[in-house]
Amino acid sequence: MAFFFDLFVNGLMIGMMYALVALGFVLIYKATSVVNFAQGELVMFGGYVAAALITLYHLPLAIAIPVLLGTMVLLGFVLERVVLRPLVGQQVISVVMVTIGLASVLQGSAALVWGAQTKNIQLPIRLEPYIIWEIYISPVNIVAALVSAGFLVAFAWFFRKSRMGIAMRAVANDQQAAMGVGINVRFVFAVSWAIAGLAAALGGVLWGSMLGVDTQLALVGLKVFPAVILGGLDSVPGAIVGGLMIGGIESVAAGYVDPYVGGGTKDFLPYVLMILALMIRPYGFFGREIIERV
Amino acid sequence: MINRECGVYQTTYEGDMALYPAPLARHASLGAVVVLVLLPLILDSHAMALVNLITLAAIGAIGLNILVGYTGQVSLGQGAFMMVGSYTAALVTLRLDMPFWVGLPAGGAVAALVGTFFGIPSLRIKGLYLAIATLAAQFIIEWTINHSTWISGGVQSTIYVPTPSFFGLEINSEHRRYYMVLPVAFIAYVAALNLVRSRVGRAFIAVRDRDVAAEIIGVDIFRYKLLAFAVSSFYAGVAGALWTYYLKIANYEHFTLTTSVSYLAMIIIGGLGSVLGSVFGAIFITLLPIALVYVVEGGAALLGFKYAAIADLLANLRLIVFGGLIILFLAIEPEGLYRMWGNVRRYFRLWPYSY
Repeated sequence: MAFFFDLFVNGLMIGMMYALVALGFVLIYKATSVVNFAQGELVMFGGYVAAALITLYHLPLAIAIPVLLGTMVLLGFVLERVVLRPLVGQQVISVVMVTIGLASVLQGSAALVWGAQTKNIQLPIRLEPYIIWEIYISPVNIVAALVSAGFLVAFAWFFRKSRMGIAMRAVANDQQAAMGVGINVRFVFAVSWAIAGLAAALGGVLWGSMLGVDTQLALVGLKVFPAVILGGLDSVPGAIVGGLMIGGIESVAAGYVDPYVGGGTKDFLPYVLMILALMIRPYGFFGREIIERV
Repeated sequence: MINRECGVYQTTYEGDMALYPAPLARHASLGAVVVLVLLPLILDSHAMALVNLITLAAIGAIGLNILVGYTGQVSLGQGAFMMVGSYTAALVTLRLDMPFWVGLPAGGAVAALVGTFFGIPSLRIKGLYLAIATLAAQFIIEWTINHSTWISGGVQSTIYVPTPSFFGLEINSEHRRYYMVLPVAFIAYVAALNLVRSRVGRAFIAVRDRDVAAEIIGVDIFRYKLLAFAVSSFYAGVAGALWTYYLKIANYEHFTLTTSVSYLAMIIIGGLGSVLGSVFGAIFITLLPIALVYVVEGGAALLGFKYAAIADLLANLRLIVFGGLIILFLAIEPEGLYRMWGNVRRYFRLWPYSY
């Protein structure tokens, strides 16, 4: 049983980090109805910037983290303005393709500027795992889960209480009506990309400190699809629940099934779950149910 | 082709329904076919290898365009369906000892079956959700082939295939391989042209343009969506099988998500909903990395760099240029190279009068 809980708890912690990446994804979809295939690349880019600031230039964390967040927010603004805005109102495939193109550009330019070798991000966190009730928990995971949780709470507050958050909800609900009451929809689009950049920056630091930073880090973005589909593509609580579910399930399944099939369950099972979810309940657990028969 | 249809009157239904009703267009197409058939006479084997790669890519691109461009179902699984065709062909050749012209349709048929299965979600979901579902198909198929030793042979999932032969003639040079690939591509091209102007093709286009309206005028949407998936994956399967016989090896690494994306890029850059556009896109995307190598090497030689210093740069630059071009095309010319080609034609049709 300890084996099970060990897998499950560690899976949930990973799931918390999935949720963080998924949040940026859901946010963009909710506000701008763009499915961002480049979210993983944004995370990777955040990781590269973090590695450059912390490991290469040896900046103290107190300076490096704000600089990183600022850079990624700026990147979000620029991407929205330059890449996404010309495509407002275009058909689905164009929007999907443009984010895929963006992913390719981000991957190439990050590797071009900082090199393809894996880089480490040294965070001042102790390395030996804590052992609680026979469960091994590495401190990096705890910090990551706490940061994710903190960001998600801050985000929930932002969405419910702040002026900008309420405007974003209005845009997500009905763009024309939002325009009608005087909300600057373009600015809202830009802000949602900026916040997605912020989420990606945090994700980049956390994932990067765990896995090391190289272009493989972008694969996290593909892992997030099952999470958001399970939770509902346009639901913030859905992103969290979906992330936790995928994290927990894949970790437990990998622990039990991997010895029999020779590995790779983690790359396989989430997508099977996703296909099932798409066939049975395409809008996920918390997504808005769009009644449209095809 | 540049043609003037002035003075062309059809007096029979056959004449009106011909693939190219205008005489000049007919002659030009015939000329193009003759040039393609005689191409190996003037090109060396290095150039022929490029032509072969383009021809192979064109088959897959045409198939994907039928699904995405004509039927409007976004698919990120083209690479996986090609993988199915590739491994099927390899197994048919090795286990059943069949020649390549049996392996090709076999690969297509199995890929069509798998493609139809993964097209089933399109009954309930569309647009973005379907794109994500086909993304899942890509990963699931890749994993399944990789992890079942019965299919992939176990050792790095690579199957070696003997040199294909056609009634005793070994297909062992680039020139001979061209004559293996070209007829298949020709059939694929003409079949696609005819498909999209038939009853089925019109149904595809109706589903793409407005599915609800299509259903009201009596198009069985589910059937035609599945049919589009089947046809498209059949093309993909044949293309994958041809890859196997061309490279004499079946390996999943040739058909990853990157492959699916580059096929999507071909039809976006070439022109959605255009058979000729798919070919343009295949030419463009296949030649792009090679042209880039020439440009960068030339630039490096001018500045006095060694090749080793730029190898890394080249790989990353390729990603940037590839992604940048997709973004640029979508923003500036969403209808792709086919539209540009049309613009050139229109200009010369009215030349020397501007309108």
